[in-house]
Amino acid sequence: MPESEGKPPVEGDGRVPFMQRLLDNPFLLLFLGILVPTVFYLLWGIMEIVQIPVAP
Amino acid sequence: MAEAFRTCPTTGLKVHLPAENLIKANAVAAVVFLAIGGFFGLLVALTRWPAVHLLPADWFYLALTAHGLDVLLVWIIFFEMAVLYFASAVLLNCRLATPRVAWAGFVLMLAGAIIVNVAVLQGQSTVMFTSYVPMKAAPHFYLGMLLFAVGALLGCFVFFGTLVVAREERTYRGSIPLVTFGALTAAIIAVFTIASGAIILIPTFLWSLGIIQHIDTMVYKTVWWAMGHSSQQINVAAHVAVWYAIAAMVLGAKPISEKVSRLAFLFYILFLQLASAHHMLVEPGVSSEWKIFNTSYAMYLAVLGSMIHGMTVPGSIEAAQRRRGLTNGIFEWLRKAPWGNPAFSGMFMSLVMFGFIGGISGVVMGTEQINLIMHNTLYVPGHFHGTVVAGTTLAFMAITYLVIPLIFRRELVMPRVAKWQPYVFGLGVAGISLFMMGAGTLGVARRHWDITFAGAMLPYDYPGAAFLMMGLNGLSAVLATIGGIMYVVVVVGSVFFGRRVEGPVELGPPAPRGVAGGSDLPAAEVVGQYGSAGTLKIPGTVALVGVFFVCFVLYYFVNWKYLSEIWPLR
Repeated sequence: MPESEGKPPVEGDGRVPFMQRLLDNPFLLLFLGILVPTVFYLLWGIMEIVQIPVAP
Repeated sequence: MAEAFRTCPTTGLKVHLPAENLIKANAVAAVVFLAIGGFFGLLVALTRWPAVHLLPADWFYLALTAHGLDVLLVWIIFFEMAVLYFASAVLLNCRLATPRVAWAGFVLMLAGAIIVNVAVLQGQSTVMFTSYVPMKAAPHFYLGMLLFAVGALLGCFVFFGTLVVAREERTYRGSIPLVTFGALTAAIIAVFTIASGAIILIPTFLWSLGIIQHIDTMVYKTVWWAMGHSSQQINVAAHVAVWYAIAAMVLGAKPISEKVSRLAFLFYILFLQLASAHHMLVEPGVSSEWKIFNTSYAMYLAVLGSMIHGMTVPGSIEAAQRRRGLTNGIFEWLRKAPWGNPAFSGMFMSLVMFGFIGGISGVVMGTEQINLIMHNTLYVPGHFHGTVVAGTTLAFMAITYLVIPLIFRRELVMPRVAKWQPYVFGLGVAGISLFMMGAGTLGVARRHWDITFAGAMLPYDYPGAAFLMMGLNGLSAVLATIGGIMYVVVVVGSVFFGRRVEGPVELGPPAPRGVAGGSDLPAAEVVGQYGSAGTLKIPGTVALVGVFFVCFVLYYFVNWKYLSEIWPLR
């Protein structure tokens, strides 16, 4: 069975770099991938729409 | 554990048989709905061809609704489920998490797709793909959409579960391969997409039943596009993953830098969905700040991601070809690429057309000011036929030519038809995109039954060139339909009547062992590895990227010139 030959790069002090840890964490990526468009597209957009004054 | 596995003799990958069956089922369902949606698309194009004008108005809008739903949503999401299961269970050499849940998802998707089609064909749900309120469809139209979305969400959960299984059972070391990372990107975007769809379609379903009295049109449009446009961003992530997969399996190509390619996918995860705001650019209720931030994909970081992939995919192919000894000049690697292999030719045309047609036009339309030239004209479907059909559909067609021998374990029937299919379909789709964009630039409205305005109270005369564009669009649609029929005939013929494959199959041109992937593995095995090509000697790719940038900059500024002529500043 072939295995992935890649290993995460390790810094001099033995720690895995931050970006590598981020990219290797699918559930953190899932959280961020939902958070960013929810905040910048949905919430921001809907807040602007609900602030439109109702016609008298 | 008595799990059923087999080892693929071509790639060396361990294939979980329940996952294989799910890949087959989803791929078959996808092709069936492509055929149905493609048929409706032909009817639409023949109606918009002024000399033919095939359907009456009510049938035209019905066919347009069915076309949009079947090809933009159903064909593509079914195929993406197949991609998710392949990229997780097969590439990570592990069992698929909860195959029963995956089958439940498949059944829900199938039931939902059938219900939506029935609702549309009954004639009471001609509301277009967008189904903007206050247009109201029959309740089972929304119910079918919701069932389909829930089924797709279950498929995404199975994908995430399979990632956990692979990590827990240590079926890979280090990081997941790039193709799996691309599929992860698609799955993340899919979760946001489906959640947004649920947020807006559940109340709309209740509204159609009379339980809720009012749906705000602006809120509907804003939230609906978080689903409608993001669903097309799932495609982008999935077809980029497919490009990497085909390059790896056919030529043993590794990405130029796996890290950089993963960073480009991260830009997709964070920013690609924001492009939904393209559809809100002329809405008065939202601010320019919101529009510009979102339509620039958060200041073009997601576009940067696409440009990185646009360089690293051909770059990886060039690096692989040069390693095979094709080092003369800057383009020998490209001239001697396997152009007779439909998987490769389809993939490369998808890459080029997605970048030059769909990508450039997308950035132009995303610019608030120049969007005004073509907003809601035929330019819009011209653009997304460049991304979704020339980009995604062609890429998915291309990988089918690898899926048939590797997963269905059948030889391709009619190999000469298969060889020409991507060219016929690609040429047709390029024509559809370009001629619709041309007509849109001349002001032809999208979703309009009759550009002659015969019998209208307020007629309008489009220039003769617009009629020419619509005729050429019709001819291109006929060509693309022929290409689509060739695809369906080869796929169905191969799956049911193809000779059974027993041993390894040749996916690409032979290369010396130990050369293809820069490792001691056969070429196709590279697809399941993490790792980079480790070279930047790609002068041909650099030249091609230079051509792309020149076209991009010229076209962008040409549109500003058009705008200045329409709206002169004095």
